[in-house]
Amino acid sequence: MSSANTVKHSDVIASTTTRARKLTAEEIKEIEHEMTLYPDKQAVGLEALKIVQKHQGWVSDESLLGIARYLDIPAADLESVATFFNLVYRHPVGKNVILFCNSVSCWIMGCEGIKDHIKDKLGIDFGETSVSGDFTLIPVPCLGDCDRAPVMMVGEDLHRNLTPEIIDKIVLDYQSN
Amino acid sequence: MAKIVVDGLEYEVDSDNNLLQECLSQGLDLPYFCWHPCMGSVGACRQCAVKQYRDADDKDGLLVMACMTPASDGAIISIEDEQARDMRERVIESLMISHPHDCPVCEEGGECHLQDMTLMSGHNYRRYDKKKRTHRNQYLGPFINHEMNRCITCYRCVRYYDDYAGGTDLVAQASHHHTYFGRHEEGVLESEFSGNLVEVCPTGVFTDKAFSEHYARKWDLQSAPSVCTGCAVGCNTTPGERYGTLRRIVNRYNSEVNGYFLCDRGRFGFDYVNSDARLTTPVRQVNGVSTAIAESQWQALLEEFTSGEVIGIGSPRASNESNFALRCLVGDSHFYSGMSDSEHGATQLILELARDRAFHSPSIRDIERADAVLVLGEDLTNVAPRIALALRQSVRNKAKELAASCNIPRWQDAAVRELAQHERSPLALLSGYATRLEDVASDSLIDTPAVLANIGHAIAAKLSDKAPAPVALASDYSAAVSRIAEQLAKAQRPLIIAGTCAGDVALIRAAANIARALHASSGQVTDLCLVVPEVNSIGVGLLANKDNLLSAALEKMHSAAVKKVIVLENDLYRRAGHQVVTDALASVEHLLVVDQLPTATTAKAHTLLPTTAFSEHEATYVNYEGRAQLSFQVQRNQSSAMPAWRWFSDRRQGNVEAIVNRCAEEAKDFAKLDDLLPDVKQFVAGMKVPRQSHRYSGRTAMIANLNVHEPKQPVDDESVLAFSMEGIPSMKDATILGAAWAPSWNSNQAISKFQDEVNGELKQGHTGSLLIERTDPNASYFAVDKPAKKGKKGALQVAMAYQIFGSDELSARSHSIQKRMTDAYIGISPEDAEALGLVQGDSVSLNGNGDLATACIRSRIKPGTAAVYCGDNQINAHSIGESLLISKSAARSDDRGISGLIVSDLYEEGY
Amino acid sequence: MVTKPLTKNIDMTRGPLAIAAYESADGYQSVQVIAGGMSPEAVLQLVRDSGLKGRGGAGFPTGLKWSFVPQGENSPAQKYLVVNADEMEPGTFKDRLLMEGDPHLLIEGMIIASYAIQASMAYLFLRGEYTASERALKKAIGEAYDKGLLGKNILGTGFNLDIVLHTSAGRYICGEETALLNALEGKRATPRAKPPFPQVSGLWGKPTIVNNVETICNLPGILTYGVDWYHGLTKGSDHGSKLFGVSGKVKTPGCWELPLGTPIRELLEDYAGGMRDGLQLKGFLPGGGSTDFMLPEHLDLHLDYAEIASVGSRLATGTMIILDNKTCPVGMVGNLMKFFAHESCGFCTPCRDGLPWVDEIFNEFESGRGNEKDLQILHEHVDYLGPGRTFCALAPGATAPLGSGLKYFAEDFQRHIDEKCCPYKH
Repeated sequence: MSSANTVKHSDVIASTTTRARKLTAEEIKEIEHEMTLYPDKQAVGLEALKIVQKHQGWVSDESLLGIARYLDIPAADLESVATFFNLVYRHPVGKNVILFCNSVSCWIMGCEGIKDHIKDKLGIDFGETSVSGDFTLIPVPCLGDCDRAPVMMVGEDLHRNLTPEIIDKIVLDYQSN
Repeated sequence: MAKIVVDGLEYEVDSDNNLLQECLSQGLDLPYFCWHPCMGSVGACRQCAVKQYRDADDKDGLLVMACMTPASDGAIISIEDEQARDMRERVIESLMISHPHDCPVCEEGGECHLQDMTLMSGHNYRRYDKKKRTHRNQYLGPFINHEMNRCITCYRCVRYYDDYAGGTDLVAQASHHHTYFGRHEEGVLESEFSGNLVEVCPTGVFTDKAFSEHYARKWDLQSAPSVCTGCAVGCNTTPGERYGTLRRIVNRYNSEVNGYFLCDRGRFGFDYVNSDARLTTPVRQVNGVSTAIAESQWQALLEEFTSGEVIGIGSPRASNESNFALRCLVGDSHFYSGMSDSEHGATQLILELARDRAFHSPSIRDIERADAVLVLGEDLTNVAPRIALALRQSVRNKAKELAASCNIPRWQDAAVRELAQHERSPLALLSGYATRLEDVASDSLIDTPAVLANIGHAIAAKLSDKAPAPVALASDYSAAVSRIAEQLAKAQRPLIIAGTCAGDVALIRAAANIARALHASSGQVTDLCLVVPEVNSIGVGLLANKDNLLSAALEKMHSAAVKKVIVLENDLYRRAGHQVVTDALASVEHLLVVDQLPTATTAKAHTLLPTTAFSEHEATYVNYEGRAQLSFQVQRNQSSAMPAWRWFSDRRQGNVEAIVNRCAEEAKDFAKLDDLLPDVKQFVAGMKVPRQSHRYSGRTAMIANLNVHEPKQPVDDESVLAFSMEGIPSMKDATILGAAWAPSWNSNQAISKFQDEVNGELKQGHTGSLLIERTDPNASYFAVDKPAKKGKKGALQVAMAYQIFGSDELSARSHSIQKRMTDAYIGISPEDAEALGLVQGDSVSLNGNGDLATACIRSRIKPGTAAVYCGDNQINAHSIGESLLISKSAARSDDRGISGLIVSDLYEEGY
Repeated sequence: MVTKPLTKNIDMTRGPLAIAAYESADGYQSVQVIAGGMSPEAVLQLVRDSGLKGRGGAGFPTGLKWSFVPQGENSPAQKYLVVNADEMEPGTFKDRLLMEGDPHLLIEGMIIASYAIQASMAYLFLRGEYTASERALKKAIGEAYDKGLLGKNILGTGFNLDIVLHTSAGRYICGEETALLNALEGKRATPRAKPPFPQVSGLWGKPTIVNNVETICNLPGILTYGVDWYHGLTKGSDHGSKLFGVSGKVKTPGCWELPLGTPIRELLEDYAGGMRDGLQLKGFLPGGGSTDFMLPEHLDLHLDYAEIASVGSRLATGTMIILDNKTCPVGMVGNLMKFFAHESCGFCTPCRDGLPWVDEIFNEFESGRGNEKDLQILHEHVDYLGPGRTFCALAPGATAPLGSGLKYFAEDFQRHIDEKCCPYKH
C-alpha cells in the first residue's frame, strides 16, 4: 500500500527518447516547395517522407522526428502514414530496391521461378537486403506492364519479359564494383 | 419525430439520429463496436448489420449498417432477420481470428463489451485453425497497460484519443490485419485524459495499470455512486473496493456533468485512501510524542471546544456537512473558509456574480454547446481538466453547423470532420503562458494578468458602450480585441470563462464585464463560467462569512486573542505564508486538527483526530457551477476514523441525513441540499440498494483465515445503500445507479439501458441540485482596475502555474499520480533564461530564501514573467510575493527535475 | 476521320509528341474551343450528350458525375479536379500507355474537365512506380505552362488552372476515389463513407471530381470533333472507343484501342493472336483482378458494359487476364486473394480479417492441405465479403474471382483436396 511521497520518478521514461535529425538544406528546400502545392501541412508531411527517403534511402526514426519538428506536426501522425504506405521504407534498404511484381499476370507468366532465381543469386528473400548492401527485394502489386510479364523495377527502371538470363545481367549492371 | 418499424413493431424515433442509436434508445439489443454515443459513427466494424426493406411489400431487403443509416421516417428494418444475424455472427468470428481468448487473465474479463457482443451475436465455436497474428506491446506510462493482441481494430481508441480529446501521440499504424494502435515509440501517453481509453476500448487492449496491480473482477468490487474530489467540476465516479482497499475508479455517467469521461487525476488519484500513512487513531501530541486517546476520553476532549471563543477553520476539500458541523460548533463569526485571503476574496466575488440574473453558470454539457468562448487567465487543463475537454467539443460546433448546411448528418463523424477541416468555433485564450488548449484556439494572447484584464475590458467596451473603457492598450492587441468581440457578439451561445487560479480578481471582474456587455447587447442570460480549484470551494465559500479572512484568524491566533482552534481537513501551510502560519500555530493553546493524512499542520496539532476519506463516508459537495451532488459511501473504514462532522457532533450522534437536513434548513443557499437525499419510502418494501453485485463472490470466505463462520454483513443504518448483495435489483426501481449492469450488458456500455435515450438523462439517478438562486438584478459594471505597479528591478513578475498531476493535495499522494509528478518549476522565456544563464532543467534558487525549483524554459511565456509551479507545496506560494528573483543553484531540489513534464511549449534549442 | 482518338499519337518506338507536334495533330483544339466562348455549362452538356462513361472500372456517366458539383454563389469557391492515375488493378496496363505515349492528351482533358467544373486546381495522382509516366508528364506539364495553357488566365479566358503531379506512396486502395483523396491529404488512405460524395465534400472538404486517366483522355476528342463523331466510334450500345488489353499466355499480349462493342473473340484471336501453341483457353477475367471469370463459351459476347454484366461479370478496366489449361485456377485465384488481403486498408472487419483467412486457406490448398471445411469457409466468404457488407468495393472486388472461380473451377478445388497437392504441379 502507498505511503506519501515514497514513489520515485525512476520508472517514468521521457516521452521522447529519440533525437530528431536536422533536415538538410536540400531536403528543406524541396519540402518548402511542396508547401506551395498543398494547402495543408499534413499533406506536405507525406511528401516530406518521400523527399527524405529520396535523399537518405529510407526514413529513420531520427528523420521522422526531424520532419515532425520542421513541419510542427505530430510525429505519431507521420508514423501513421509512413507505416501505411508500401513505398515508404522505415527500415534501411540496399542501394537498389528491387520492386518485384508478383501479381496475377506475372504469376501466370512464371514470376515465381524468376523470384527463386533472384533468391539463389542474391541470397535474399522478400524484405531482405543482400550482404553486399546492393539489393533489397520487395514484392509489389501489379506494375501495369502485364503484356510484357514478368516484370520488376530496379530503382526507377522497369525491366520486362524477365528470364533468369536477364536477371543475371541486371545484377551485373547494378551491383557495385 | 419519425416512425420506424423494427421487426414488426413501430417506434417513435428522432430522425436526426442513426438507426443504431435509435434502436439502443428504444432498449433494443443490437451489437456494435466502433460507434460511441458521443463520437458518432464511422462504419468500421460492420457489427450492427440489420436488414432494411424498401417498403412493406419488399420481402428481400438489403443489409445495411444501422450506425450508418439515418432513422428516417417510415424506415422498416429487422434486427432478427436471419441474414442480418448471420452477418453479425460472421463479423464476430472475424474479430476473434487473432483474439487471444485470454479472458481468464484479462483485466477486461467480466466487463468486456467484446464478450457481451460475442454472446449476443451467437458465435460459439472457433473454426479458424491457422496461425494468429501477434503484436508487440508498448510501455505507455504509469496509467495504462497495452495488450495489442486483444485488439479488434474498431478504431475507437484513436477516435477518442485524437479526435475527441485532442491527443497527438496515439495513432493507427500499419495496415490490413496488421493495423496497430500505439505511440510512434514507447513512452508516457501525453493526454491528460488517457484513462478513458480503458473505458472506450471495447476489450482489454488498454487497461488500468494501477488496477491490474491489485486486481479484482468488476462483480467482486463493492461500489457506490461517488463524486470525484480532485477539482471543482465534481465528476461522477464509481469507485470499487475489495478486501478493504479501494481498487479503482471508473466513470459514472451524469448527463450534465462528466458525461462519459473523466480526467486522469480523477481516475488515478485515489489510492491515498489506502495509504499506510492514513491517520487511524485519535492522539494527543506533546513535544513530538503521540499518545492515543482512549475512546472514553473523546467526549470530554471535544467538550473543551464547545465553550468559549473557538476559531474554526474550514476547508474547501471538506464536505458541506463537515464544514457546516464545524460552523455550528464554533459559530458563524468564528468560522473561516480555510482558503487563502486572495482565494477567499475571489470566491466571494464569484458567489456575488452567481446571484446575478444576467448570468448563467454553465454545466459541462452547456460548455460543449458554446459556439464562441473566451477564457481569461485560467489554465483549465491543469485546474479543471474536464472543462478543457468540454471546450474541445465546443470548438466543433462550427463543424456541425457546416455539416447541417451540406445535409451531412452530424453523426457521420468522419464526414463532418472532413468537411470542416480546420474550421472551428472561436476559442480565445488569454493567459500568462501557453496552455494545452492552444492547438484548438482561434486566438491566444500571452501577457500579465493586468494586461489580460485590460484586454477583457477593451472587449467589453467593444460589445457595449455602457461598459467602462479600458486603460490605454498596446495597439498590437486592437485587432484581436475587435475580432474576439465580434465573434462573441455573433455567437448564439457565447461563453466567458475566468476563475481564481490565475490569481487576480481583475480577470474575474473583466470577465463579468464582458458577460454583462453581451447580456446588454443580446438581452439574453449569458454563460459565465467562473472556475475555482477545489471540490468544495463553492460550498465552503457559501458557508463562510464574506469578511472572515484567514489572515485575520491567524492574527487572532498569533496575538493569542483566541486560544482554541479547530482546523478541519486543511493544511494551513498551503493557505498562507510559512512564517505566518508557524507563528500563529505556536501561539495557540489547544490546536485540534482533524484530517485523513499527516500534513505540516497536523504535525503542529495538540490533538489530532482521524477522518474518513471520500470513499468512506456519504457527503455532499458543491461544484463550480453551484451544483450540489451527493457522494455515497463505498467502503467502511476499519479504524477509528470518522467523518469530521461526526467528530463535531454532540456525542457523535445523528446520521448524515440529519445533518444534511439541518444544513438545508439553517444555511443560507442550502435549501435544496436535501433534494439530493433519496427517498427511502419510494423503495419497495423498505429494501435497500446493494453495494455488491448479485455475482459478488467469496463473501463467505473472505475472512476465513480468521473465522470460518460466515460473518454477518455490516449494517448500514445511515444510508439507503447496503453492504450486501441483497436488496433492490439495480435494473429496477432503484433511484441510485452505481455500476451499470443489465442482462447481456456487463460492460460500461450497459449505460444506454439506464438513459431515457442515448446521451439523455439517467432514468435512475440525480444530476444534482443547483443551490444558488439568481435573485439579484443585473448589477452594474465593475470599474476598470488601475494598472499594477512595476515590480523590483530585475525581478520576474509571478504568474501561478498548476499541474494536473501535483497541484491537488490529496491526489498528489497517490502512487500513480506521483509517477507523473515533477519537481516544482519556474517557467521562463528563452530570453530571460539566456540573460540568467539558465538552460532547461537547471536548478534555481528563489529570492535567495532557500527554496529551490527547476528551470522550465517555455517558448510561449511573456519575457519578464515567471510561471511558478509549486509542486506538491514544495514551494510556499504565499511566501513568494508578486515578483521573483531567481538564480542558478548548484544544489538540486529534487531528482525528478522536470523530466516527463508535458506542457505544449517546452523550449528546445534549435527549433 | 479519327477513329482512335486515344492512341492516335502514340508510337512507343519513339518518345511522346512534344507540344508543337501535338498541337499540329489537332492538339489543344478543345482549349481553343473554350477560349472561343464556350461556357462551362455547355462543356458539361456536351459531355453528358456524348454518353461518356467512366473508364476506371465502375462505368458511371461522366457528365452526370460532374453535374453534382455545386455551382453558383453559395457553393465553395475552391473546387478540385483529381485524376486517378493510380493504376494498380492486377492485370491492368492501359493508363500507363496513355501517360507514357501521349501525356498532352491527358493534360488537355484535364483543362476541359477543370473548366467544366470550375476547378482552379487539379491534382494528378500518379502511381509512384510509374517513373516513366512521371517523367513524360512532368515535361508535358512544363510545356503546357510555357504555352499559357496552364496557369493564370488561360488563353485569355480568365480561367486559371494549376496542375500538381502527385506521386503516390503506394497502396492499391488509393485507386478507390475517396481513399485517394485521403492519401492526397497526407492521411492514411482509408476510404470515406458515401454519402457525402466527393462532388459535395471531397479533397479538403471541397467539391471534387475524381476521374480516371482514360476517361479524361476521351474529352479532347469530344470537344474537338463533336458528339456525333464520338457516337460514331462505337460498335455497341456504349459510346466511344476504349483501350483493351490482353495478358497471359497468348501469342501477342498487348493493349489496343478498339470501338466499344468489339467481339471478345476478335480481341483475343485477332489482336492477341490467340492462345500460345499447345494451350487452350480455360477462362478469363475480362477487366482486371476484380472481375468475375468468364469462360470460352462467352467469347462471342461483345466488349460492352451491359453485355458483360449479363453473364455476371464486369467490363471494368477492359484488360483481360487469360487463364490457360496448364495454369492452376486455384493458384491464380489464390494469387489474387493474397494481393487483396495485403492491400486491404484495415478499416472494416470483413475485409481486414476475412481476406487473410481466405488467403491462408489458399496457402493450404496450394500445399496440399486443403479440406472440405475450408472449402466451405471459402464459399461463405463470397457472401460475407460481398457488396454492402464491407465499407468499400475492395473486398467485393475480391469476391468476383473467388466466387466465380469456386463456381467454374469447382473440380480443380476438389482435386486439390482429393489429391492432397496441386494437380497442375505434378
